[in-house]
Amino acid sequence: MSAAFDVIVVGAGPGGIAAATVAAEAGARVCLLDDNPEPGGQIWRGYRSNTAPKYPHGRGFLQWTSRLRNTNCEIWSGWRAIDRPSEHSLRLESDAAMCDIEFRRLIVASGARERFLPFPGWTLPGVMGAGGLQALVKSGLDPRGKRIVVAGTGPLLLAVAAGLTRAQADILGIYEQAPLSRMLWFGISLAAHPAKLIEGARYRRKVLRVPYRTNCWIVRAEGSTRVESVTVTNGRTQWTVACDWLACGFHLVPNLELPRLFGCRIVDGYVSVDSLQQSSIPAIACIGETTGIGGLEKALLEGQVAGLAAVGRQPVAAALASRVIPLQRFARNLDRAFTLREELKRLAAPETVVCRCEDTQYSELKECSSWREAKLHTRCGMGACQGRVCGAATEFLFNWQHTGARPPVFPAAVSSVAAKVGSPETLHL
Amino acid sequence: MEQNSDISAVFFIRVNGRQLQVAEGTSVAAAMIAAKQACRTSVLGEPRAPLCGMGNCMECRATVDGKSHRRTCQLQCIPGMEVVTE
Repeated sequence: MSAAFDVIVVGAGPGGIAAATVAAEAGARVCLLDDNPEPGGQIWRGYRSNTAPKYPHGRGFLQWTSRLRNTNCEIWSGWRAIDRPSEHSLRLESDAAMCDIEFRRLIVASGARERFLPFPGWTLPGVMGAGGLQALVKSGLDPRGKRIVVAGTGPLLLAVAAGLTRAQADILGIYEQAPLSRMLWFGISLAAHPAKLIEGARYRRKVLRVPYRTNCWIVRAEGSTRVESVTVTNGRTQWTVACDWLACGFHLVPNLELPRLFGCRIVDGYVSVDSLQQSSIPAIACIGETTGIGGLEKALLEGQVAGLAAVGRQPVAAALASRVIPLQRFARNLDRAFTLREELKRLAAPETVVCRCEDTQYSELKECSSWREAKLHTRCGMGACQGRVCGAATEFLFNWQHTGARPPVFPAAVSSVAAKVGSPETLHL
Repeated sequence: MEQNSDISAVFFIRVNGRQLQVAEGTSVAAAMIAAKQACRTSVLGEPRAPLCGMGNCMECRATVDGKSHRRTCQLQCIPGMEVVTE
């Protein structure tokens, strides 16, 4: 299954689906590939055509997926991009095989992951990401009757709590670390985005009986073999809440492994792109969260811009691109509103594990002066997740800069890494 | 975000030899959380269970049908599937 495409889109979330759809509608040979078992990304995860109408954002899912299905776009689910054998190809691996595929244009729509920060007890089973728990529930986990504390920072907390409430979970409290003053300022900035204000209000209404407290953060999670309670503070007093699960995430960070691998210029943590989403590498466009955490609307628009530009429809793409600008401003405002407070740097105890793959403890890392030194001396970031979790944490905790990406950007079979470039046949693992 | 109400078929998988009833469309990670079953033991011997739910953190790794280090959050349950924690 060695193949060549006009356009390859990596990431089948809303942005990737939009990009692949408009490019394929223009007659290009397009491949949409994604690590997940099904297209949809995070926000449309687990949606089915017969049940989608009752979900938030379900209508958009139906419109875009039916448009996509009407094209000849090839959808490769369950494939990960692990390397770039050349400037115009990707090496892919699935659970059963590997192959190289070529592109004329690459659109990276790899989305974002949650930022996790270490605090005592954060490795206990039952402590999950906020988006993490949401994804697991969309994948069939039943939260009915579970006592859940939602904590961390970002607009996701409210959306997750609303969804869990709808699924009959018992949300005990939502603890947002950002101060009220910054939240109010952010609320005012939303005047330019009435739809987002309405969405926020709708989520809040779902959880009206749940305390939503700003200026509060998790201090620790307690339990013997799993989380049994969490301790929360407002900076003056602490209190403990008994719970079954803690859903805790500190906003989102973009997945930049592929842009880094190709050498795309990254500025202030996001891929730098022009008005048509092209990165500093001419054949590569980046969209959605990779250019700024801005959510669904931004991803859909940028996806269309990049998809149209990739097939030579620059004028149409440029007309759409003007609508991206306010959404990019919204993304920057989000980052500012949910800036992490300094106190969060002091949550970890000396023995708290920071790198969950290698069990590197905070005290070991405190001795290091850089990410590179930490990797060499403590194996922090050298485990299976390749720093996907501890990288964003240590960036905040120690101001360590993370640059470059080394293949394979995902754990891969030795035979996949060693295979000859452009092997004509699929290699079965 | 409610569970998919269109998943109706129910079947069994085995986790460390124990029968687990799951609904079609459920990820292996979701099934293991519901069964209060940790996925792996860490370097220092701690039990670990899914964290990110979307294929990034690798905490949900387990051996599935003889293949080690599978990310169970990216894997849907199939009747008769054999999961062994690591």
